[in-house]
Amino acid sequence: MSKVRVLVGTRKGAFILSSDGKREKWEVSGPHFAGWEIYHVKGSPADPNRLYASQSSGWFGQIIQRSDDGGKTWHQPGVAADQPPAEGGRPAGESNKFVYDASGETGKPLTTHQWYDGTQHPWEFKRVWHLEPSLTEPDIVFAGIEDAALFRSTDGGQSWHELPGLRGNDTGPRWQPGAGGMCLHTIILDPSNPKRMFIAISAAGAFRTDDGGKTWKPINRGLKSQYIPDPNAEVGHCVHHVAMHGARPNTLFMQKHWDVMRSDDAGDNWREVSGNLPTDFGFVIDVHAHEPETIYVVPIKSDSEHFPLEGKLRVYRSRTGGNEWEPLTKGLPQSDCYVNVLRDAMAVDSLDSCGVYFGTTGGQVYASADAGNNWAPIVRDLPAVLSVEVQTLP
Amino acid sequence: MIRVVLPQHLRTLAHVSGEVLIEVEGEVTQRSILDALENSYPMLRGTIRDHVTHERRPFLRFFACAEDWSHEAPDTPLPKEIISGAEPFLIVGAIAGG
Repeated sequence: MSKVRVLVGTRKGAFILSSDGKREKWEVSGPHFAGWEIYHVKGSPADPNRLYASQSSGWFGQIIQRSDDGGKTWHQPGVAADQPPAEGGRPAGESNKFVYDASGETGKPLTTHQWYDGTQHPWEFKRVWHLEPSLTEPDIVFAGIEDAALFRSTDGGQSWHELPGLRGNDTGPRWQPGAGGMCLHTIILDPSNPKRMFIAISAAGAFRTDDGGKTWKPINRGLKSQYIPDPNAEVGHCVHHVAMHGARPNTLFMQKHWDVMRSDDAGDNWREVSGNLPTDFGFVIDVHAHEPETIYVVPIKSDSEHFPLEGKLRVYRSRTGGNEWEPLTKGLPQSDCYVNVLRDAMAVDSLDSCGVYFGTTGGQVYASADAGNNWAPIVRDLPAVLSVEVQTLP
Repeated sequence: MIRVVLPQHLRTLAHVSGEVLIEVEGEVTQRSILDALENSYPMLRGTIRDHVTHERRPFLRFFACAEDWSHEAPDTPLPKEIISGAEPFLIVGAIAGG
């Protein structure tokens, strides 16, 4: 029977929630890396036992953790505790070395970006927000970092190298941090075209490469953001998350700071599909595993009140690719609920009856085994949830 | 041997439980202690000082013989009690709470 594994990153550690295909009874493992902020945990589509985790701390900086056994044991790539010193000495210990490539040969000058007050500010590495393993190679993984840049490892996370064409884009000096920092939080690999990749940065916007990451173009036409001087600007939009269904790689769905958007030409043009949502502010967005026109969001009251409207936690589902939305409430708290659902904290499984999962800043992880019709908490009292990913296992 | 006391989270990363004992070649300074520590425990690289600049991470402090050495030059010789092992070199996380 199939199984699912839910990978949860929280403010104080990682948790792994496991169940069989019925998704009724759950085993909870964790906290892994107790006390550390775990921004993201994700498994390799090519080898489900290979997991990568971003572990960070204001005191000790960034750590990358890897598991090769589905999360039972973890190690920092290249410096396993039981790894004997190689000939010539200890390994370098560079799995947490994220250095912008400013070299003359391969890099781009380390310039400045816009700061909150409109002045220019130097690029500074802070943390890894998102890890995106390759669709085909377990040892290849991409990292989206703050201050916004894209890194790649081809040796299972032992060493990291920037793809500097993104940070070196002409628009870089106009990128600015959102409230959470200038983070590259979304990485989408196109399953039909290994040269194509989408990323999103808060608050710069969405970008696409068609040459494997050498060059990038902003793909923000159609976005309107009233909070920036030119609402139709090429960059500067606070994109919160982007989702794609693998069978329709040209169709993208976006939850922006305000507005739910859709593109059917790989991001070249966007149109608003907020429709009848009670508020179109929010962070998460995801697509049903088998129905490319069925999408999910969790509306949040506003940019200054990061909690659900009226204290009612409601997932909204559209079966028409946007514009027409229905509230999903069964099993979710419908009074006195003032949690948030952060941008990387929703995921779907690919079982026949699609499972939908999301985590809250109140420490709950909710699951629906029937595409959102009914919900139940898997856990109620974790630390604030930063990210949720799901693996569907044979 | 030089005795080094690490914060709890770094002991976990390094898979050690108590004090760390390290051999330091040449003059015993903050830099030579950290070089030797990172050589023995490469998983700690980047967690105490920056990978490239080797600047101390801002929320960490270094103490020796009840004195704060955080702002001393990294190549200043440390007290003889550290060199002899009578006193440990302390790496301390800034207190956060309230």
